[in-house]
Amino acid sequence: MSLEDRLDDLEEALEEYLEEEYQDCTWKRDKGEITLTVPREKLLEVMTLLRRKRTLGFDQCIDVCGVDYAAWKQDEWEVQDAPNTGFSRAVERDGEIQPAPKSRFAVVYHLLSLSNNFRLRVKTFLDEDYPVVDSVIDLWNGVNWFEREAFDMFGILFNGHPDLRRILTDYGFVGHPFRKDFPLIGQVEMRYDEKLGRVVYEPVSIEPRVNTPRVVREDCRYLPDGIAPEVAEEEADG
Amino acid sequence: MAEIRNFTLNFGPQHPAAHGVLRLVLEMDGEVIERADPHVGLLHRGTEKLAEAKPWNQSIGYMDRLDYVSMMCNEHGYVGAIEKLLGIEPPVRAQYIRVMFDEITRILNHLLWLGSHALDVGAMTVFLYAFREREDLMDCYEAVSGARMHATYYRPGGVYRDLPDQMTRYEKEHLGSERELKYRNRARGGSLLDFIEDFTERFPKLVDEYEALLTDNRIWKQRLVGIGVVSPERARQLGFTGPMLRGSGIAWDLRKKQPYAVYDQVDFDIPVGTNGDCYDRYLVRIEEMRQSNRIIRQCVEWLRANPGPVMIGDHKIAPPPRAEMKDDMEALIHHFKLFTEGYATPEGEVYFSVEAPKGEFGCYIVSDGANKPYRLKIRAPGFAHMAAMDEMAKGHMLADVVAIIGTMDIVFGEIDR
Repeated sequence: MSLEDRLDDLEEALEEYLEEEYQDCTWKRDKGEITLTVPREKLLEVMTLLRRKRTLGFDQCIDVCGVDYAAWKQDEWEVQDAPNTGFSRAVERDGEIQPAPKSRFAVVYHLLSLSNNFRLRVKTFLDEDYPVVDSVIDLWNGVNWFEREAFDMFGILFNGHPDLRRILTDYGFVGHPFRKDFPLIGQVEMRYDEKLGRVVYEPVSIEPRVNTPRVVREDCRYLPDGIAPEVAEEEADG
Repeated sequence: MAEIRNFTLNFGPQHPAAHGVLRLVLEMDGEVIERADPHVGLLHRGTEKLAEAKPWNQSIGYMDRLDYVSMMCNEHGYVGAIEKLLGIEPPVRAQYIRVMFDEITRILNHLLWLGSHALDVGAMTVFLYAFREREDLMDCYEAVSGARMHATYYRPGGVYRDLPDQMTRYEKEHLGSERELKYRNRARGGSLLDFIEDFTERFPKLVDEYEALLTDNRIWKQRLVGIGVVSPERARQLGFTGPMLRGSGIAWDLRKKQPYAVYDQVDFDIPVGTNGDCYDRYLVRIEEMRQSNRIIRQCVEWLRANPGPVMIGDHKIAPPPRAEMKDDMEALIHHFKLFTEGYATPEGEVYFSVEAPKGEFGCYIVSDGANKPYRLKIRAPGFAHMAAMDEMAKGHMLADVVAIIGTMDIVFGEIDR
C-alpha cells in the first residue's frame, strides 16, 4: 500500500472519530504528513482515542518535543536599502525578542502505528503564563524521558508525570536553554579555581557573535503557483 | 540485630563498561538491583540549539557527532528532512551511494557494538577482530570524503562528490617492508567499488569467525540468555525501535515498511528474534550484518553499471562546479549567496526518519522560511532505549547491568545530543 493510500485511510479514520465530538481539533495534510492540532484541555481524551481505537492504533509514541514560537519570522538583517557608506555586518545585535505570541509554546507528539503503518503528528499550543499539559505517560510509558526533556529545555510542565526532573542539563542548572530568549552562549561558565580548590561558576565572559545573520526570504519558488503575491496583484491590476 | 537496608551504588560516569559518560545510580538489595536511575546529559552539547544559529548546510557536520559510530545514517536523517522540506529528490545514483554507505555504516556500528559488548562481558578477542574490519570500512569513508569518521558526505540534493576511481593506498614510508606493503595494498589496486566488492566477498567468512567465538560459547550464552527480557507489548510501550524491537519478535523495519532512498529496489531480509533477551538481540544484529553485506553487493553492481550525476543541478541549493564559476557570472553569484547566506527553505514542518543501526533516527524540522532551521528536534533511538534501563535491569544482578548496557548499543553522543 502506497503512502498516499495510507494517508487517505488515516484521514478517514480521523474523520470517523473526531469529526462530531471534537470539532475544535483540526488536521492538515502537507508534504505526506498529517498534523492534528488539539486544544490543550482535550489532549488526553484525543490521545486515548488515538491509542485505543483499532483503525487508528497508534501503539508507539516515537517522540515528544517542545517548540518555542517567540521569535517566529524575526530576522537579524536590518538593512532595507544600500546606504551610501556601504553595508556593515547588518546584524541586529541586541534584537529584542518581541512580545511573545498568544500561544508561545507548542508540544509536538509524533505517533507511529506499527499495526496500520501510519504516522501522525499531534500538536497542542500552550500560552506563556501557564505552560502545562496533561502527561500521556499512562498511554505510552516510553514518553517518560521525552517529557522530562521538554520540561528541562522549555519549562513545559506535564500534569501527572511521576518524576519530572531535569534530564540533560547540569545539576543545579537555572533556566530553560532551548527557549528563544536564552542566549546561545549560555549564562554561566565554569573553571577550576586553584585557591578554592574546586570548580567555580561565573557569568560568561565571551561576547555573543552572529556569523551568518538569520534572514527570512519570501522565496516565491515555494508558493503554489510560483508567483509572489504582490507581483500577482500587479498583474491582476494591469 | 542490625536493620538490613538497601544501599545505593554509583556506577560511572568514568567506567569502562558505561560506554561513554553514563552515570547510573543503582539501588541495590545485596547484589540484586531494585531500581536503576540513569543520569544522562554529561555530554549535552545543545546540538539542536546550535543548529538554530547556523545555515542549513553547516549543521550536517554536527550530525556525524551525534551517534559517532553511525555517522552517515545520521546525516541521511537530517539531509533527508531538508530535502523533504524543499521538495527535491536527489539523482538515483546519489540514492544508491547513500544506501551503500548507510549499510557500510550499519556494519561499522554493529562491529563496534559486537566488540565492545563482548569486551564488557569478558571476551577480549572479538574486539580485536571487529576493529580489523572497521579499519577497512573507515578507509572507504576516507576515500569518498577525506575523513575517516566525521564525513559530512551527504548534502541536500545528493552527495558531495562521486566515488573515486582510485582507492587510497598505503605508502612505503609508514610500513616496515616491501612484503608488508604489498600485503596491505592487496585489494587496493583498483577503484573504491573494487575494494568494497572485495570486502563483501571476505566479510561473510569473517562474520562466521565472530560467530565461532561467541554463538555457541558457553560463557557468552550464560551471560546473555534470559537477561533483559522485553516482551513485544512492552517493547512497543517503551518506544523501542530497530534491533531492540526486532529482538522482541516484532518485524518492523523502516527500510521495508516505509522505504526511503532506493531501499525498495534492493533485496534483503529482516531478522526477528523470539525471546526478546540479550542473546536474541545479538543474533538479530549478527544477521543484520550479513543482510547489509548483501545490500552493499547489489549497490556495487548497480553503481558500476549506471554512471550519472550525484547532485541535483539546481544551483539555488547545490553549489555550481568550480570550473563553471570561472567564466559564468550567474554561477559566481550562486556560489557567493550559497556560502554567505545559504538557501531559505519554505515555511513548514517535516519529520523524516531513517532506520539507523540503533533504531529509528528522525529529524523534526520547523522552518519559518529562513536560511536556518527555526527548530530542529533530533529523535535519537538510544534515548528511548536508555529510558527503559530501570525496567530492564530491575531484579537482575549487578553484573547483568553491563550486559544490558551492551545490548542496548548505547552511544552517548546521540542520547545527550
